[in-house]
Amino acid sequence: MIELLDYDFMRRALVAATFTGLAAPAIGTYLVQRRLALLGDGLGHVALTGVALGVLTGVAPLLTAVLVAAAGAVLIELLRTYGRTSGDVALAMLFYGGIAGGVLLINLAGESAVSLNSYLFGSITTVSPGDLWLVSGLGVLVVALAIGLAPQLFAVCQDEEHARVSGVPVQAYSILIAVLAAVTITVAMRTVGLLLVSALMVVPVAAAQQLTRSFRATHLAAMVVGLLAALGGVVTSYEINAQPGPTIVMLALAAFAVAALGGAVVRRRRPAPT
Amino acid sequence: MTVLVVRDASVTLEGRPVLRHVDLEVAEGEIVALLGANGSGKSTLVRAAVGLVRLDAGQIELFGTPLSKFRAWRRLGYVPQQSRATAGVPATVQEVVMSGRLSHRPIAGLARQADHDAVTAAVARVGLADRMRSPFAELSGGQQQRVLIARALAGDADLLVMDEPTSGVDHDSQESIAELIGGLVNEGASVLLVAHELGPMRNLVDRVVVLGEGRVVATGGVDAAVYEEHEQVHHHAEPPEPRPEVLGGEGVFR
Repeated sequence: MIELLDYDFMRRALVAATFTGLAAPAIGTYLVQRRLALLGDGLGHVALTGVALGVLTGVAPLLTAVLVAAAGAVLIELLRTYGRTSGDVALAMLFYGGIAGGVLLINLAGESAVSLNSYLFGSITTVSPGDLWLVSGLGVLVVALAIGLAPQLFAVCQDEEHARVSGVPVQAYSILIAVLAAVTITVAMRTVGLLLVSALMVVPVAAAQQLTRSFRATHLAAMVVGLLAALGGVVTSYEINAQPGPTIVMLALAAFAVAALGGAVVRRRRPAPT
Repeated sequence: MTVLVVRDASVTLEGRPVLRHVDLEVAEGEIVALLGANGSGKSTLVRAAVGLVRLDAGQIELFGTPLSKFRAWRRLGYVPQQSRATAGVPATVQEVVMSGRLSHRPIAGLARQADHDAVTAAVARVGLADRMRSPFAELSGGQQQRVLIARALAGDADLLVMDEPTSGVDHDSQESIAELIGGLVNEGASVLLVAHELGPMRNLVDRVVVLGEGRVVATGGVDAAVYEEHEQVHHHAEPPEPRPEVLGGEGVFR
């Protein structure tokens, strides 16, 4: 097992997985709290267009992905606030537009959609040293803001109107949450992949809240589950020669199943106070 | 001193006039109750008063400052109409009430002892000291309402704006909420509340403002609460207007 660390690519993959595993649930908790669990999915699809744009123009795909996804995040928040489109329809359009734009642009670049595979489901061998700096920097940024601004973000996601009457600039924080989700997707792109990144934002949170009673405990426990799933998934994918995205997500789902069972047992022993 | 002034306020929501030329004042230390049938605009009026609904015309002043320039949010406590929709992640009573301290806290950093003390005191005051660590979603409707009141209390506000604080709450809770509001006003706070019926708050309220179809149709002592007659009179004075079948529009933007 330890000889894994002899490979440069594996060390980079594990560092990327660490930041991904921590950042995705750190921001995902707010998405789940706000009942926007699918926002990450929509932004992941948009990021695909960004990747293809990078391939087409010869710019680093990671960079174009984060820019396009962040722009998509701002757009969807504005649509939610000012548009006459309901949130789920706006999300659905992001899904379609993102995939269609991504494949179209990659075709224009003279490549087939198959070449997007490593972005869609992750690929541990493709984390370059340059990627690593970007992934680490953005990962630290997401975790620091998600924890440092927790009182405001919690208030905005718990009760938007009360937050507004407390003087919190709700619109700015909503956009911040969406942009942080977009940034996280770029952080996670190389490990979990764009199609499955949302799972790492949502499943660890769902697993954690089977056993927790407070927001803070859920937030921290979700980050632990995310970290373990991401590291475990990368190692497993190496061992069984599979792509890392699916192994990470299956591990997170397994954690959810165990937590759900454990939670049911705990609740049976300790009946809810009436 | 007047803590809240609403002058000639009109609001249109989704093309339907909800408030028309409404005037309202709340003086320091006063408890004012807004009454009216469903769809009369009373909820919209308090939501406009705290800046959640934009006015088409008219002015609102909080503590002598126009709403657009108002920044002293810690002087204002808001208790929203109870919503059955809970957030997707559990939160304890302590965590929910701590949100009421936001206007006292710097943008980043941990809560200070004063914040914790204010939260503990507010939760104790609504009689839920033993439920501090309970998940909000596990409480009964009346208990949840008391938590939302505690959240407003935690900020030590000078004006409390409450949207139906006693609706969907059992009689005992109604009485303890009424007692609580009375105690706050004795300490110098002012209260504007929306009520469907006054119930145990009848003896506390200084003044009643009755809305009907977005207009003030009666104002005065608690006796004005017998407002059905006023509405009848009001109808004669106004030309008939198109009126949607369902007038439940107050909460559509929640």
